[in-house]
Amino acid sequence: MTDQVSAQNPGAHKAPPLRKTPTGIAGLDALTFGGLPEGRPTLMCGAAGCGKTLFGITFLVKGSEDHGDPGVFMSFEERQDELTTNVASLGFDLDDLIARKKLVVDYVRLERGEIEQAGDYDLEGLFVRLGHAIDTIGAKRVVLDTVEALFAGLEDSATLRSELRRLFAFLKAKGVTAIVTAERGEGQLTRYGIEEYVSDCVILLDNRVIDQVTTRRLRVIKYRGSSHGTNEYPFLIDEQGVTVLPITSAGLAHEVSSEVISAGVAGLDAMLGRHGYYRGSSVLVSGSAGTGKSTLAASFVDAACARGERSLYFAFEESAAQVIRNMGSVGIDLQRHRDAGLLVFEAARPSLYGFEMHLARMHRDIETYNPSVIVVDPISAFRGPAVEVNATLLRLADICKSRGITALFTSLSSTGDAMTDGERDVSSLMDIWIALTDLEANGERNRVLSLLKARGMSHSKQLREYRLTDHGIEMVPVYVGPDGVLTGTARVAQEAREREAEQSRQDRITARRRVLERRRVAVERQIAELQAELESEEAEVTRMGEQDEVDATNRHADRSLMSTLRGDL
Amino acid sequence: MSAAHDVPLDDDGQVHLRLYVAGQTPKSLAAIANLKRLCEEHLAGRYTIEVVDLQVTPQLAAGDQIVAVPTLIRRLPPPLRRVIGDLSNAERVLVGLDMIPRSSAT
Repeated sequence: MTDQVSAQNPGAHKAPPLRKTPTGIAGLDALTFGGLPEGRPTLMCGAAGCGKTLFGITFLVKGSEDHGDPGVFMSFEERQDELTTNVASLGFDLDDLIARKKLVVDYVRLERGEIEQAGDYDLEGLFVRLGHAIDTIGAKRVVLDTVEALFAGLEDSATLRSELRRLFAFLKAKGVTAIVTAERGEGQLTRYGIEEYVSDCVILLDNRVIDQVTTRRLRVIKYRGSSHGTNEYPFLIDEQGVTVLPITSAGLAHEVSSEVISAGVAGLDAMLGRHGYYRGSSVLVSGSAGTGKSTLAASFVDAACARGERSLYFAFEESAAQVIRNMGSVGIDLQRHRDAGLLVFEAARPSLYGFEMHLARMHRDIETYNPSVIVVDPISAFRGPAVEVNATLLRLADICKSRGITALFTSLSSTGDAMTDGERDVSSLMDIWIALTDLEANGERNRVLSLLKARGMSHSKQLREYRLTDHGIEMVPVYVGPDGVLTGTARVAQEAREREAEQSRQDRITARRRVLERRRVAVERQIAELQAELESEEAEVTRMGEQDEVDATNRHADRSLMSTLRGDL
Repeated sequence: MSAAHDVPLDDDGQVHLRLYVAGQTPKSLAAIANLKRLCEEHLAGRYTIEVVDLQVTPQLAAGDQIVAVPTLIRRLPPPLRRVIGDLSNAERVLVGLDMIPRSSAT
């Protein structure tokens, strides 16, 4: 694409480049690098129901609203009131435009049965009508829808052909930018081969059904004097009108950010080396049914909204109301973000459109809403050839990367350990891959989260058990013991056992301590007794010594008394 | 041509014709001449012809759903009939104006 842009202006010294008239149809202007050739007719061909008329009306209405170009719609198929009703659903008010002289709708009715041809004729009447309509409001844009109706309404196709050639010359002479629509024909672009006369720009619309899913596609077949995107591009017709989505692969040249944003779960942030996801990275959350993928996604969105960032949630399995209710049950209040205008849900069944169309729709929503984070829940809802799904996701990831949007994709994986081809393909696009698994043991299932990869940061290699509590996801440290990883009640039981063992050890020590204490008390008492015994013995001995002295004194006194009595004078 | 007497006519028998042309082109002039001649032959005295030049009054083209010119419209008697071309094929003109039965036209 970028090559073509540069090729468009090969040199400024040449004649002034082709002037272009923006169609106002997002995407079509991008892939034609500015719009349709100004002052020239463009042929838009396609089978019935391709949206030719809507393209035409959008071209005129947008031209009037955005560029102030009045327009003429010459309808050969629908009456003005039918047309007005048909496009009212797109928010186009034709009556108002007509009243303000911004639009003229001229319904040309041709009934072959009512017209008798008697001699040569020409289409000057049509020219006069067209010329009059153009001149009345000074129209810059003209749509002829579907000019081939002339062939059905009038005889003498040789005359018609030469008149059509003159008609296109007339349009050029008038200097109006015109869209001429035509039915797709067998083996050629249009049923009556009018592509022969319109040589400036030819756009082909297509409505293809593959596997019961319809995808509208657009291709610029030729654009004289300008380069253009050559691929088929999907386009949408919905309440927002016509949107063409040139899906440009951004390549791998996008800016990277080293800013980190929270995953919305504290324990998960802690497992990531940089405490969150890099802004602009693509995160894949895979897991089997009921592992809480959506909850993890909602936590991420909740955190983003809480930071005041805009988020876009693509729900492919649940309606917005259902997601909000379910997340409410785990304490994540998404409704308040929705009310605050920070969160937008886009819910659609995957089978509603083809992949291309989904991608196109998501691309448009991203462009319109300009979110800083998106969630696609889940990507596994897209069934189809792996190559196609993969290409779609690659482009979505590219779109997000080029805009610095952090994208979280959830994917339902089979319960087995083996990785499916699809998962392998998708995972290589992702910067961070979080696997949620159900560990089955001891008659129960427990949820375990592990980080399979995280580009550009170190991360925990541990399996971490988590619980969906009524206040969000809570990470629980996993018991890693000699018997491996234990989770759930097994972990609780093991922890209880360990606590018991510890307790009894403590008890034993206390008991031993008491016994020792008792013994010490006993020993000390014995010591005290012995001491007392010794002391009493000592006292005895002292007492005996004193007695002796008394006795000796007494004996001496006795003896002196006795000698006195004997008269030993 | 006696067929002209079979024409279902209005009460007063008047046939009101309007011929749309765009400028004084050879085709326009031929159509006007052809029409006058046919009317004189088949509707002498009970027809009116109004010639509208769209180059002068282009706003009238849409009202009568004019695409090709020249276009001859029989406004009265109803129903409205239209014939396109320079009216050089008299039989087709008469068929177109319901003046002879369709089946006899080849």
